[in-house]
Amino acid sequence: MEALVTQIQGLSGTASDVLSLQNLLKQADDSLHAESTRLPPFLDQLDPSKHSLGYLYFLEACTAGPVTQEQASSFLLTIARFISSCVAEQIRLAPDKFICVCKRFKDQVLLLEEPLRGVAPMLTAIRKLQLSSEHLTALHPEFLLLCLLSKCYKTALSILEEDIFEVDQPRDLFLFCYYGGMISIGQKQFRKALELLHNVVTAPMSTVNAIAVEAFKKYILVSLIHHGQFPTNLPKYASSGAQRNLKNLCQPYVELASSYSNGKIADLETYVEANKDKFESDNNLGLVKQAVSSMYKRNIQRLTQTYLTLSLQDIANRVQLNSPKEAEMHVLQMIKDGEIYATINQKDGMVRFLEDPEQYKTCEMIERIDSSIQRLMTVSKKLNVMDELMSCDPLYLAKAGRERQRFDFDDFDNVPQRYNI
Amino acid sequence: MDGEDISNPLMEEMCANGIAAVDDAPSSSTSTTELKSRPIISGEQLDIEAYAGLYSGRTKIRRLIFIADHCDNTAMQLEGLRMAYDELKKGENTQLFREVVQKIDDRLGLNYSMDAAWCAMVDRKADQRKDKLESELNAYRTNLIKESIRMGYNDFGDFYYAHGALGDAFKSYVRTRDYCTTSKHIIQMCLSAILVSIEMGQFTHVTSYVSKAEQTPEALDPITSAKLRCAAGLAHLESKKYKLAARKFLEVGPELGNSYSEVIAPQDVATYGVLCALASFDRTELKNKVIDNINFRNFLELVPEVRELINDFYSSHYASCLEYLGNLKSNLMLDIHIHDHVETLYDQIRSKALIQYTHPFVSVDMRMMADAFKTSVAGLEKELESLITDNQIQARIDSHNKILYARHADQRNATFQRVLQTGNEFDWDVRTMLLRANLLKHEYNLRASRKI
Repeated sequence: MEALVTQIQGLSGTASDVLSLQNLLKQADDSLHAESTRLPPFLDQLDPSKHSLGYLYFLEACTAGPVTQEQASSFLLTIARFISSCVAEQIRLAPDKFICVCKRFKDQVLLLEEPLRGVAPMLTAIRKLQLSSEHLTALHPEFLLLCLLSKCYKTALSILEEDIFEVDQPRDLFLFCYYGGMISIGQKQFRKALELLHNVVTAPMSTVNAIAVEAFKKYILVSLIHHGQFPTNLPKYASSGAQRNLKNLCQPYVELASSYSNGKIADLETYVEANKDKFESDNNLGLVKQAVSSMYKRNIQRLTQTYLTLSLQDIANRVQLNSPKEAEMHVLQMIKDGEIYATINQKDGMVRFLEDPEQYKTCEMIERIDSSIQRLMTVSKKLNVMDELMSCDPLYLAKAGRERQRFDFDDFDNVPQRYNI
Repeated sequence: MDGEDISNPLMEEMCANGIAAVDDAPSSSTSTTELKSRPIISGEQLDIEAYAGLYSGRTKIRRLIFIADHCDNTAMQLEGLRMAYDELKKGENTQLFREVVQKIDDRLGLNYSMDAAWCAMVDRKADQRKDKLESELNAYRTNLIKESIRMGYNDFGDFYYAHGALGDAFKSYVRTRDYCTTSKHIIQMCLSAILVSIEMGQFTHVTSYVSKAEQTPEALDPITSAKLRCAAGLAHLESKKYKLAARKFLEVGPELGNSYSEVIAPQDVATYGVLCALASFDRTELKNKVIDNINFRNFLELVPEVRELINDFYSSHYASCLEYLGNLKSNLMLDIHIHDHVETLYDQIRSKALIQYTHPFVSVDMRMMADAFKTSVAGLEKELESLITDNQIQARIDSHNKILYARHADQRNATFQRVLQTGNEFDWDVRTMLLRANLLKHEYNLRASRKI
């Protein structure tokens, strides 16, 4: 044991040393696990900021076995300190171990029922493990779970803002998008939520999984709130399993959507009342209620298309509200949220609908358009790069070569018929 | 005879029209020539005798039965049924006779009750005739003389038609097709088939036989082409293609006269044509094809109310136009071809009137508009709202001051909005696509590595 410690301390200097250290550690892994109870004092001899790799192996072996209550909080402190001070390059050599340690950390935090303690360390952990900001690690969903449970949504937003293009494990993506969707709903950023949930629902999957089903239910509701309609068919690029089965598995929600599209609030409310238990058991009742109230908004918005001025009494009648006072409250809320442009004249009880005052002539607008163009150009470039990469990929060439037509002898080119890797 | 006195003032009017010589004596149902010029389809209560006088054959009986079924006035009902009975006695259709007798239900006295003896006699004669026809046809068939076989089947068709077996009649007429040698034969076959199809209500056949008849290499004489156009118009009307129906009716030449009285009267051509045109044509087409149409003017003269109607619409006197329409409605509901299209056509005409009214203005006072259309401001507001929601009027309603303001979309702003939106959509699509591609690649790699 002591020999190992000295080796760690000695070989943690340069990059090549670290590589040889890694081999040593891999060989010694089993013996470490065997003596896991004896290891904690050795941890004090190692410095996490210099000997991160060694420390990681020791830590992983330590936490492998069952942990008692008193040990738990001290472990939490050790791990948290480790995460904040470790060196990213050394960690990335043994990502599985690191992920393992962090997951155990999360479990402990949840056991102690203090998810808030885990949020910040997890965030640092993600940043250190990520190869680039577009990379999704296994820690992302864990982090979001902690945020959800501890209700600190704002911290999660910084992670959600980044675009993800590289994924290690599809399952991580599903969970990440699902939790991300829930957080966005909590922050009332429905557009972002729709994006994330859409990713889950249309991701390629050979069989429909439970995460996709739950995500689909929320997707329908958020779609109703944000767009006022729900497209009855998933886009063509969704997997065939999803297209066939998701709707059957979420029947009450699909019916809710069709009842919404009929435009009658009374029917919608009766339907919700009738199926309250189902919605409640899915923890979606709050969202359903939001969807119902969004219908009033939708109807009032439709009125702005037809009328220039309308009395509050008329609005109440047409939108099936109970009184002009309620109508006034709704209109006021919508004006504040920027969903319609109007002025209320309380003396006459009249509402005057105005046009969108945006003239598209200001400097801010020009900047916005410009940045939009820049962003699109970057994305486009990325697409081209990926396309080129793909066309050089040996797997792709093998498949394309195999399926090539072989009718024309003049059509000779260098792609081999069979390409063994 | 009921209903005579109402029609007397119309007789003077008809003199002014001067289409045909008028007999001052009260009209009897036998002479049809003088009745042709009477404005039958008018706002007045329908004069059944005059109406029935326009038609002949089976359609006359059917129309009378239809009127009796659908009208509220018992006197008119009984009148219609009585005339149907008389007409049926002259023919050989015992089944329809039994129906009419049942409807009369002994309300018209002993003269109009079930005449079983007559029925039996007619049926016996029918059987005899049928046997005779069959044997003749068989003889012709063995002799293989095309013309005789054709005439044999034709006679069969006529026989079945007279007895009300429409399906058999149709089959017999269609059989003559194989033995037709000249285009005249083909046209005769087509016309008979069309007649039976109209009576049966199968208008798909009508369309196909009309096109068949029009495809003959010889030029058609004007009466036949007029008949075919009427039939085509009726078929389009039934399938709710009002624009096509209007075009067909407006192309009917004035030579039609009364020659197609077993299907349609010239008054009907005028009415159907004008209503369908009003509901579906735009202003230019309306002016070119209806108002400036010299041929059609002859038909319009027969129904002066309809003529006034269309002139009012074109010159924007909507109140009187809609008033004429309202008056005509009760009589139109008694017509077998148009009764289930009246509501739709009226709605379309009304919407067109509203749209046309608001089209030239920047702002319209809704009170004045309500006066022009003889409706209340609240009702008008509802109608306008539905038209605006359907995007047929580009305007907005100022409900406080009751003014309608035209609204022209701001193209520049709309373009900017669309540009920004397209950019966002593109961005989103590409990003999700890259993500999905990555997932697929991962899955494929996984599968490939598992294989190896």
